[in-house]
Amino acid sequence: MASKPRVKLPKSASAGEIITIKTLISHEMESGQRKDKNGEVIPRQIINKFTVTFNDKTVFEADIEPAISSNPYFEFAVKVPESGTFKFTWVDDDGSVYETEEAIEVA
Amino acid sequence: TVAAIGLPVGLANATPEDTMAKIKEFAGDKEPQTGGKLTLNTPEIAENGNSVPVGVSVESAMEGDDMVEEIMILAEGNPNPDVVTFKFSELSGEAIAETRMRLAKTQDVVAVARMTNGDIHMAKAPVKVTIGGCGG
Repeated sequence: MASKPRVKLPKSASAGEIITIKTLISHEMESGQRKDKNGEVIPRQIINKFTVTFNDKTVFEADIEPAISSNPYFEFAVKVPESGTFKFTWVDDDGSVYETEEAIEVA
Repeated sequence: TVAAIGLPVGLANATPEDTMAKIKEFAGDKEPQTGGKLTLNTPEIAENGNSVPVGVSVESAMEGDDMVEEIMILAEGNPNPDVVTFKFSELSGEAIAETRMRLAKTQDVVAVARMTNGDIHMAKAPVKVTIGGCGG
């Protein structure tokens, strides 16, 4: 259903710097509002949760509703205190979990 | 608004009353302030209702009492008013987020922010949609 997520953030930052992170995941985001050609409602299937942790601490979350566009895009800020790893998690209505990680170096 | 209950999906639209109820649920007893502390960025005209950029930000220290806990975005004229709720942390550094949403028709978009001290900030913006989202 979803393809490999894409995440964009700097490779390095100074301690305490606020960086911008951009994320995109390919997903239909079937709203549950559409009908197929026989007039049957196409069941809802969306990514309903997006979570970002840094060194296992939650830094940003989004509770997502069907009104979010297909291929959901999120842009947000994070204050980076130290070197570490960001973990990005998307949860699908069908229970699938899509994950990716990115490291950042603090000089 | 009573007519909206029990209708098959795809027929009913949310109403400003539904949106008000959501805001009340989010805000609790607090009266939302509309003094401009919360910024809601939307285009005046969206040529494609399937993908409308929306950004929110609140000026705050992002620590202690002066921190944004959550920002909820609602679309008054969609089948359901809920769009997204962003949850921030001290490591956010800045309460700012952006996404893309579906708008079924021309309508008002509303953002509401809850601070750690309980204050509620609200902003509203009309978006004119020339081709609808959520369609089948």
